[in-house]
Amino acid sequence: MTTTDLGMPASGLAHVPHQPDGEAAQTKRDFTSDQEVRWCPGCGDYVILAAVQSFLPELGLRRENIVFVSGIGCSSRFPYYLDTYGMHSIHGRAPAIATGLATSRPDLSVWVVTGDGDALSIGGNHLIHALRRNVNLTILLFNNQIYGLTKGQYSPTSRPGTVTKSSPLGSVDRPFNPVSLALGAEATFVARAMESDRAELRTILKAAAEHRGTALVEIYQNCPIFNDGAFEVLKDRTQQAARIVRLRSGEPVTVGADDERKVLVRVAGGTQEFVPEAEVGAREVVVHDAAADDPSAAFALSRLDSVEMTHVPMGIFRQVTRPTYDDLVRAQVDAAVDAAGGPAGDDDLEALLRGRDTWTVG
Amino acid sequence: MTSKTVQTLDRVVIRFAGDSGDGMQLTGDRFTSETAALGNDLSTLPNFPAEIRAPQGTLPGVSSFQLHFADHDVLTPGDAPDVLVAMNPAALKANLADLPRGATLILDTDEFTKRNLGKVGYTSNPVDDGSLDSWHVHPLALTSITVEALAAFEGLSRKEKERAKNMFALGLLSWMYTRPTAGTEAFLEKKFGARPEILAANLAALRAGWNYGETTEDFASSYVVQPAPMPPGTYRNITGNTALALGLVAAAHRAGRPLLLGSYPITPASDILHALSGMKRHGVTTVQAEDEIAGIGIALGAAYGGAVGVTTTSGPGIALKSETIGLAVSLELPLVVVDIQRGGPSTGLPTKTEQADLLQVMFGRNGESPVPVIAARTPADCFDAAMDAVRIATTYRTPVVLLSDGYLANGSEPWSVPSVAELPGAPVDLATEPNATDDAGEPVFRPYLRDPETLARPWAVPGTPGLEHRIGGIEKADVTGDISYDPDNHDKMVRLRQAKVDGVTVPDLEVDDPTGDARVLVIGWGSTYGPVAAATRVVRNSGRPVARAHLRHLNPFPANLGEVLRRYDRVVLPEMNTGQLALLLRAKYLVDIRSHTAVRGLPFTTVELADVISQTLEEVR
Ligand SMILES: Cc1ncc(C[n+]2csc(CCOP(=O)(O)OP(=O)(O)O)c2C)c(N)n1
Ligand code: SF4
Ligand SMILES: [Mg+2]
Repeated sequence: MTTTDLGMPASGLAHVPHQPDGEAAQTKRDFTSDQEVRWCPGCGDYVILAAVQSFLPELGLRRENIVFVSGIGCSSRFPYYLDTYGMHSIHGRAPAIATGLATSRPDLSVWVVTGDGDALSIGGNHLIHALRRNVNLTILLFNNQIYGLTKGQYSPTSRPGTVTKSSPLGSVDRPFNPVSLALGAEATFVARAMESDRAELRTILKAAAEHRGTALVEIYQNCPIFNDGAFEVLKDRTQQAARIVRLRSGEPVTVGADDERKVLVRVAGGTQEFVPEAEVGAREVVVHDAAADDPSAAFALSRLDSVEMTHVPMGIFRQVTRPTYDDLVRAQVDAAVDAAGGPAGDDDLEALLRGRDTWTVG
Repeated sequence: MTSKTVQTLDRVVIRFAGDSGDGMQLTGDRFTSETAALGNDLSTLPNFPAEIRAPQGTLPGVSSFQLHFADHDVLTPGDAPDVLVAMNPAALKANLADLPRGATLILDTDEFTKRNLGKVGYTSNPVDDGSLDSWHVHPLALTSITVEALAAFEGLSRKEKERAKNMFALGLLSWMYTRPTAGTEAFLEKKFGARPEILAANLAALRAGWNYGETTEDFASSYVVQPAPMPPGTYRNITGNTALALGLVAAAHRAGRPLLLGSYPITPASDILHALSGMKRHGVTTVQAEDEIAGIGIALGAAYGGAVGVTTTSGPGIALKSETIGLAVSLELPLVVVDIQRGGPSTGLPTKTEQADLLQVMFGRNGESPVPVIAARTPADCFDAAMDAVRIATTYRTPVVLLSDGYLANGSEPWSVPSVAELPGAPVDLATEPNATDDAGEPVFRPYLRDPETLARPWAVPGTPGLEHRIGGIEKADVTGDISYDPDNHDKMVRLRQAKVDGVTVPDLEVDDPTGDARVLVIGWGSTYGPVAAATRVVRNSGRPVARAHLRHLNPFPANLGEVLRRYDRVVLPEMNTGQLALLLRAKYLVDIRSHTAVRGLPFTTVELADVISQTLEEVR
């Protein structure tokens, strides 16, 4: 069963009013609020904000139909800086609030901005349930592998051994891989991007916004104050190519440039490994298929990742079509209303109040 | 056929008691419907265990349903039954203490086996050991008579036939109290329509029960209770939870806004979720959330988008929702939070009633976080209370807590169905344009610019062009809504939010003092309404004046409350907690309160409260 079979729209923005033809194209400025931005100098959040502000005009939506809902954390200050509708809510609960909004308002493009602590610690339950339900939302998870706002405690994505004020001898928790977690919850759109890779981020944001259903985009974000350099090996031009696995649906999964290029091949027993291109021979090359119905292959790709960041897949892991929760909920209500001949009037309400078993006095 | 007498009674209290699997709730419900159709006034009290099927035949597994009906207005489900139907030894043991000597006892003797007696610690059989001599006992082999009556149903097993014994009991009681059975027959046809043999067996058992009463010598008399005089109208019997669900739908209808419920199942609130889930035709959206926090978050998100957002729960859920209620206080968005109170703390007594969440909903949040609080007083009143909650939430853009409890939720009474045109409420306006001008004279939108009368801020929903703005839980600057850490601004905003709640229009408290010379006032709130009214009636009938008042609004209080309290020599306040409203009244009005409290998971009895009032009257003599 696909959304199209159900007569449901395929684009996440299908019901969202677009700018009328002939109206001047929007610019980054149209999406910049008058509020002073208060992140620390050098914070990766600035880079993401600039990317989102300059990307939003590309969607061609009416500004008033865009809503950013966030939780609590440095990252969750995001909505204040965008001249759209916005709600800075409470710690971890943004996916729930956004679910209520998206379910009652199909005409909005609803975004959630959250941090690794917000989304994966206190709000972990809401995140997995939003993904499971496939509510029409775009979730941007800013992962700096630290609790920024509370001044630097380790988070559920901090690598083991992270020394912080609350883990002076190093953290002993095993971290979540947010992409694996999302795929485990059978999210229909899962991607990872690097804050500093503007072009890639833009491509992913567009695909995520247009995805009908919950799109989760993990964005690696540097916190120069409490966890500086967490992703440095991925930004470092000398190492980048050997570490970043750029996922392209329909193409073989590779890493490394030119003669250092390695190709992902299947190993008997169901695992996979990178081998130098020259040694591939007759081995079965893994071709990425983001649209695969079964999330297992995407999950396997997400497991290439390790805390050492030897190989880090970036790009869109999964992008499949499945009916969204909010479409299905509205369809049930609409069908009930249609079957009864239209919206309930006073008579219908009166019949409801009377119920089936009445008696009359006088 | 023996000749039978027919006696007229003014009131009767019947309690059906059996194992959770015996269908006592259904039997009680059906008898109630028959009684309602006959035009008696009535009040019901179901009482069932938290376990779905506790071990069969044990005391924890006993489920009961009490019904009080009369030819005059009924205020409570009755203190003590006149008739107890006990389907097994456990039901007898669990309920006998409530049965006054001389009352009627109908027992299913088939169930009084050695094994069943042993399960509840009877060493001899009360049916024949003389221990029940003070009661009027009808020992009936109910199970075997039912099975015998269904001998012709060859396709049914003995077990299936036995299961119809509750219909036999219902038929017998229907004969005893001359209740019509047509409604029950129609009900059974609907319920078992797809299984014709089961249907026929249930109908046959119902008729056999009736005939048994009519033909055997065991029952010498049947009884008539005349209809109660009620104001003209169309009536239905309604439980508190159903009335509450209907009130929410009606209020949203009148407000012209869609209704969205975000809820997580919890006893005794789940029936509201069930009811609203079946009202899609009325544009109602229900989201069964992953937890209590999500339930209220979803409701708040929908409210932000312009819906009447509602969340329903019980005390443990309120604890989880507290932080989001605080957010709604700060965002100043309309939200209705329904708390069907049950025994606490912690899991407490999930299926029993209590009023111990008052202080939690008043103060159980961080910071100065005032919310209007209202409480329903009877099952049917849950409708009006729900409408009032939506009115306050949408008018003042604030979360409102609506308190009900397990007794109101599951109890029922006749309700005069209102006509929709007469219902209160009017379409609620959303903000559509800028409400101020900036320094340059340009129109701008100020999300925290208040209505001078209500102090409500505009409800400006996403999708409205030109009103784009950001809101959040961080303190906001007055008028602009921008983030502000300014000390004076915070002080001002805290006081503004308080002033807004304090300014909610609440009708003055009415005092019921027929003789006008009472020196003692009994004040109640929530579900104590019935017992308090019944107790004052008893006291007045003995010629002693006593005044009575009932609070619907617990925050803010009616403006005349202090004056009313000070008017009397003594104020008696019964509560099903350890004195929560008393604490508030003493603190706010510096009046002494005679706090009478009980937390037994059951409503007060009339006798108990009449005693308390009588004692107080003695003290002021
Ligand atoms: C109920 C509650 N508990 C704790 C906090 C404190 N708190 C605020 S932000 C935060 C962690 C934020 O970490 P993350 O989500 O990674 O965001 P970042 O600041 O790193 O962007 C915590 C623990 C809070 N605001 N609310
Ligand atoms: S603490 Fe870190 S994440 Fe927070 S604003 Fe500063 S640099 Fe950014
Ligand atoms: Mg973080």
